[in-house]
Amino acid sequence: MSQRDPDKPSIAVCAGMDCLERDNNRIIAAFEKETDKNNLKTKVDLRATGCHGYCEKGPVVVIYPEEICYLGVTPEDVPEIVIKTVLGKKVIDRLVYTDPDSGKKAPYMPEIPFYKNQMRHLMGSSTRIDPQSIDDYLALGGYAALSKALFKMSPEDVLDEVKKAELRGRGGGGFPAGWKWKTARDAPGKEKYVIVNAHEGELGAFMDRAIFTGNPHCVLEGLIIGAYAIGSHQGFIYTRHDTLRLKNNIDIAIAAAEEYGFLGENILGSGFDFHVEVHLDIGIFVSGESSALMRSIEGNIPEPRPKYIRTSVSGIWGKPSDLNNVETWANVPLIIDKGVDWYTGTGTEGSKGTKLVSLSGNIVNKGVAEVPFGTTIREIVYGIGGGIPGGKKLKAVHFGGPMGGCIPENLIDTPLDFDELAKLGAPIGAGSMLVLDEDADMVEVTRYFLQYLSDESCGKCVPCREGIRQMLKILHNIKEGNGKKGDIALLEEISEVTGAASLCALGKTAADPLLSTLRYFRDEYEAKIAQGKSPAEKRE
Amino acid sequence: MIMAKQKKTNEIFIQIDGKKVKAAEGMTVLQAAQSAGITIPTLCRHEKLEPYGACRICTVEVDNRGWTKLVASCLYPVEQDLVVKTRSAKVDKIRKMILEFLLAHAPNSPQLQELAEEYGADKDRFAKESSFCILCGLCVRYCAEVKKKHAVGYVNNGARREIRFIPEIAAKECSACKECFPLCPTSYLQAAFLLSEALAFSKKSPSTELIK
Repeated sequence: MSQRDPDKPSIAVCAGMDCLERDNNRIIAAFEKETDKNNLKTKVDLRATGCHGYCEKGPVVVIYPEEICYLGVTPEDVPEIVIKTVLGKKVIDRLVYTDPDSGKKAPYMPEIPFYKNQMRHLMGSSTRIDPQSIDDYLALGGYAALSKALFKMSPEDVLDEVKKAELRGRGGGGFPAGWKWKTARDAPGKEKYVIVNAHEGELGAFMDRAIFTGNPHCVLEGLIIGAYAIGSHQGFIYTRHDTLRLKNNIDIAIAAAEEYGFLGENILGSGFDFHVEVHLDIGIFVSGESSALMRSIEGNIPEPRPKYIRTSVSGIWGKPSDLNNVETWANVPLIIDKGVDWYTGTGTEGSKGTKLVSLSGNIVNKGVAEVPFGTTIREIVYGIGGGIPGGKKLKAVHFGGPMGGCIPENLIDTPLDFDELAKLGAPIGAGSMLVLDEDADMVEVTRYFLQYLSDESCGKCVPCREGIRQMLKILHNIKEGNGKKGDIALLEEISEVTGAASLCALGKTAADPLLSTLRYFRDEYEAKIAQGKSPAEKRE
Repeated sequence: MIMAKQKKTNEIFIQIDGKKVKAAEGMTVLQAAQSAGITIPTLCRHEKLEPYGACRICTVEVDNRGWTKLVASCLYPVEQDLVVKTRSAKVDKIRKMILEFLLAHAPNSPQLQELAEEYGADKDRFAKESSFCILCGLCVRYCAEVKKKHAVGYVNNGARREIRFIPEIAAKECSACKECFPLCPTSYLQAAFLLSEALAFSKKSPSTELIK
C-alpha cells in the first residue's frame, strides 16, 4: 500500500520521552545538517522515532539496514556518525554497547543484551517508523489486519479470533478481552462505544505511552478492528493532559487515518463507519479507573461508579462501552494479521503473547522491555535489566504500582504470568516493575504508595478515604518511632474493611502493597515497632 | 378451562434474611428491603436523590448462584432468587469500622451515635479529626439534583475532599432556601454556610470590613 522501501538506508533517532529530555532535538537537527551537507537527503531517510526502550542509555541512534546501534549519542558525535558509519559503513567503537564485565563490544542492536533477551512483537516497529508518518506504518504492513478483518472476516469471526487467542487485558485485571468484547456486542442497544484507556497512571509504568507515542497507528488499527467486531461506530481515546507529544501524535495519526480512509464513513469502501475522539484526563490517578474514566468522557467528575452492571453493558451515557488499555488494543492487529496459532505459540498456559514491562528503581537498565509471558523475573531483572547497580543485592520486585504487590528475591524464578504472580500477591498490574535493592525500607515503600493513593483517590466513599487515612497515620507513627503493639493487627483489620467495602478497585486494592509487604517483610514492621525511636532521635 | 395465571414479567422474588420478598425489576436491594419493612442503615441515602453509594454503611451480603459478595444495597439491583443477608459477622464488622471512621470526625452526631450503639462502635477508636463533615454529600446532591442550583459542591479529592459553598451562587440562592440544612447529619453544613456568608457573600459584610 505504501511507496516506501523498508530496506532503504535510514537513521533512526529515538525521540521517546526520555531521549527528548536528553538534548535529542539538537541531535536530530545535527543529522539534518550533516546529511544535507553530504548530499544524502534522498539516499538516506532520517527518522525521529518513538521510544526504543533502552532509556538508560539514551539518546539511542540506530543505523539501518545494518542495525548498528549507538548509545548515549551527543550532537557532537553526529558528523562522525554520518561520515564514518552512514557513508563509510564503519562502526564507531566508542558509541557502541560494551559489556561491563568482559569489555566485549556489541555494535548491532540484536546483539545487545537488553534487546537480545526480548521478544519485540509490539515494540519492534518503534525503531523503524516515524510515528507521525502513516506511510512508515504502511510500509511495515500496517492496516493489512484491518483490511483482512473488513473484507475477509465477519465481525463474529474477528471476535472469535480474539477469544481463541486468549488475549487478556493488559491494563491490570487481565480479564479476557474477547469476552469483554462479546458482552458489549451482545448487550442491547444500537449505539456502542469502544475506548482506549491511555491514562497509564500506575506509578513506574511508562510502556503504554512508549508504544502509543511511538506507534500510534497500531493502537488505532486495533481499535478500529475491535469496533468492527463489537458493532461500534464511535471510539474514544482517553489520554494524559501532561503528555502533549502523545496527544499530538495521536491527533496526527487520526487525521492521517481519516485521510487514507481507515477512519470515518465507509472505511476502505467496506460500508463500515467509525469515528474517534480524543479526550484528556483531569489529572488524578482515579480518572484512569474505567467507570470514572467514562464519567469523565461524559463531562462529569471522574468518580467511579459501582460496576454491579458492567460498563460493557452500561458505560458512557448508559450505552455498552468496551474499554481496553493501549497495549491490549496494540495486540489486536497482530492476532488478526498473523493468526491465532502464531499468537498463542508465545506465552504460557494462561497468559498468551508478550508483555511490555517498564523497569525502574534499583536496576542498571531502566527502560521499556517486551518479553514473552513465561520469562522469569530473574531473566528480566538480570538478563535484560542488567542487574542491580553498585554491587548491591536484590531485595524485592514490586509490580503494579500503588495498588500492586511485591515478591522477595527468593521468588524471582517465578515466570511473568498473570496467574502465577497473582497467587504470590503481586499481580502484574499494567506492567511496571519497581526493582528494590537491599537498602530499600519496605515500610516506607508501603507508606509512600498509600500516601499517593490518599492524594489520588476521589474521596467519595468512606472505607477508601478514611481507611487509607487511618492506615497512613499508623505507618507514619511507625516511621517516626511511635509504633505500638497491636499496630499490625489494626492495619490488617482496616485493610480488610477497606478491601471489602470500598466502591471501586482503587479502594479495594489500596492495601495490597501493605498486605504483600506484611506477607514477605513482616519482620521489618515488627523490628521498627519494637525499636521505637533510636536514642539519637529521642533526644531531638 | 383454567387459564394459567400470567406471571408479571417484571416481578422478581428474592430472599432477605430468610424472608421471601417480592420486588420489581429495576429495584435495588435496599428498596426491596424497605418495601418489606426490613431495615438497613443508611447515611448518604435520600429518597429524593439518586443512590450514591458513598457511605457503604448499607453494605449487605448477597449470594447469587453460589457467589457470596459484599455489596452496597442502595445500588445493587435485585435479580431473581437473590439471597440477601442484611446482618452477618462480616457486614457488622464493616459497619462498625465505618462508624468508627466517621465518629473520629463527628462524635456528637445523633445519627452516628445511635448506630454506634447498635454496632458496638467505639467513638474513640481513632483519634479526632479536624473536620466534622462526614462527606455524605446530601447537601451537594440535594442542591444539584432537586434544586438544580449547585450552590454547594466538593473541592479537592482524596483525603482532602471537602464541601464548599460557591459564594456567587450561594449569596443569591441560599438565604431563601436552606432546605439542605436539616439533611446534614453533623451540622457542619450550617457552619460552612455561615463561614462563607461571613467571608464572601457581600461587599458590606462585617468580615470584609475587617480585612480592609
